[in-house]
Amino acid sequence: MHIIVLAKQVPDIEKVKFLAGSNRVDRKSADAEINPFDLNAVEAAQQMKANLGATVTVLSMGPASAEAVLREAIARDADRGILLTDDAFAGADTLATAYTLAAAIRKLGAFDLILCGEKTVDGDTGQIGPAVAERLGITLLPFVSQITEATADKIVAVIETSAGSLNVEAAFPLLITGTKELNTPRLPTLKDKLRARKAEVEKWTAADLSDADASKFGAAGSPTWVESITVPPEKKRKGEVLKGEGSANQLVAALDKAGLLKG
Amino acid sequence: MQNKDVLIYVEQEGGRVHPIAFELLGKGRELADKTGSRVCCALLGSGIYDAAKELVAYGADVVYVFDDASLATFDSLAHKQNLVTLINEIKPAFVLFGATFTGKALSPRVAATLEAGLNSNCTALELQSDGSLLQARPAFTGNFLAHVKTKSVPALMTVRYRALEAGARNDSRKGEIIKRDVQKVASAIKVLGKGAAKEASIAAADVVVCAGRGLKKADDFAMVKRLADALGGVVGATRPLVDDGWISKDHQVGFSGTIVKPKLYVGVGVSGSPQHLAGMRESGTIVAINSDPSVALFRIADYSVVGDIYEIVPQMIELLKK
Repeated sequence: MHIIVLAKQVPDIEKVKFLAGSNRVDRKSADAEINPFDLNAVEAAQQMKANLGATVTVLSMGPASAEAVLREAIARDADRGILLTDDAFAGADTLATAYTLAAAIRKLGAFDLILCGEKTVDGDTGQIGPAVAERLGITLLPFVSQITEATADKIVAVIETSAGSLNVEAAFPLLITGTKELNTPRLPTLKDKLRARKAEVEKWTAADLSDADASKFGAAGSPTWVESITVPPEKKRKGEVLKGEGSANQLVAALDKAGLLKG
Repeated sequence: MQNKDVLIYVEQEGGRVHPIAFELLGKGRELADKTGSRVCCALLGSGIYDAAKELVAYGADVVYVFDDASLATFDSLAHKQNLVTLINEIKPAFVLFGATFTGKALSPRVAATLEAGLNSNCTALELQSDGSLLQARPAFTGNFLAHVKTKSVPALMTVRYRALEAGARNDSRKGEIIKRDVQKVASAIKVLGKGAAKEASIAAADVVVCAGRGLKKADDFAMVKRLADALGGVVGATRPLVDDGWISKDHQVGFSGTIVKPKLYVGVGVSGSPQHLAGMRESGTIVAINSDPSVALFRIADYSVVGDIYEIVPQMIELLKK
């Protein structure tokens, strides 16, 4: 069984700043970490590997420094880490990113399952999983909150839809995007971390994806672009502080006056 | 002249149109009126024909109806197939989806098939003088706003629920309703059964009363529920309470739960983590009740009540009964 996990390096969103006068993240402003949603995908792969026996490949795209994400996954029992890194991949939007990831997955050959987080905390688009499934022509199970049962050829899972959750079954190959409820990621041990530090992380460039159409990589293959980034203006708030005896009274009166009470 | 038509993917459940479609129609109408183009809707599902008239009343010029049992599925594959065929035929400039579970699973597949640009979770769409569309979307968990453009035709986007205003309903409006042949695509996913039905649609509620860590035990949700009932709202919760199994996930307000924009948000013992704030900071009026005056939620609240939730909330319930 071959499981592929897609993971992304993201900046710590509490601290991130943008370079003045540009739309680029100042990488020095915040520490980088693995996208928290992807940790659930790595954990799910780890559990399936333990239960069923599987080879786990983790795939990421980003600058050379993003290899830290692959080491993090290797510390969590992934067998192989591959980083797609090339100036030609830079500036990719979701269309180009999914195209590039799908090309790399084709090069990897046969697989049973692709796992990724439902979205990232930086871009928050949630597009990559469904777009990669489409590029590869495989079944998509979106918003999986629980893997109930996994065997060598199929999976039973709970997925979230607009109308509530559903219990579904689907045969491999398929792509799953997981929610935060999928599992609770375990922390790697110190020994695992040391092992991961020494592990080899493969780096693939555009030249390694020679079967793909290079014009669809990076900024050149991206039909969308960010014109500007602004800090959203905080809504003006009344900021009234109510304390002590009678504060419930004052609050209810204020809500009534604002027309916010029913009837 | 280049076609500037707007196509809206209409999400529905059992023939009931999701209200995001009316919001998309409100914006679609505005864009089409500015460019002298049409607003078209794609309505896909089973037993849905009657909903088409409602879409006309909300501003659609043309409604393409794909009515077939094979489309009564959550699997985005069949919807993608039919939608892509329609887009290739009518060649709209803009295709709008709701940023719902359905829209988020479907739109990337359509974009990948068409090799078109897709922007997610837009909160504002603004037509530029050159005819392009500037799309604003939150990034970095809502800490920044990215202003994005698209050069592909069509330009695809998903729009957050309650970000735009629905247009006015006018039942005397005229529009064309066109029945389409359906391409049947079998789903490889077998539905074994329904899980827990959604208890609450906190995304659709005008009033959300949200409990946080200040709540001492799961049973105390009964008190939160009484306040929500008295205000005509629904119960929300922060992530720790959901993680502890005190209440189901569909009540969770926040970045990894549901992003809400009610007219009134009441935080009961909510401290206001960044992830929680990202899920409710656009609310109309924000009330925070907490005994700790230093909590982050107070900084964005209209009304900050510094006090014990176990005293304030029962008092409010009593007052609201009158």
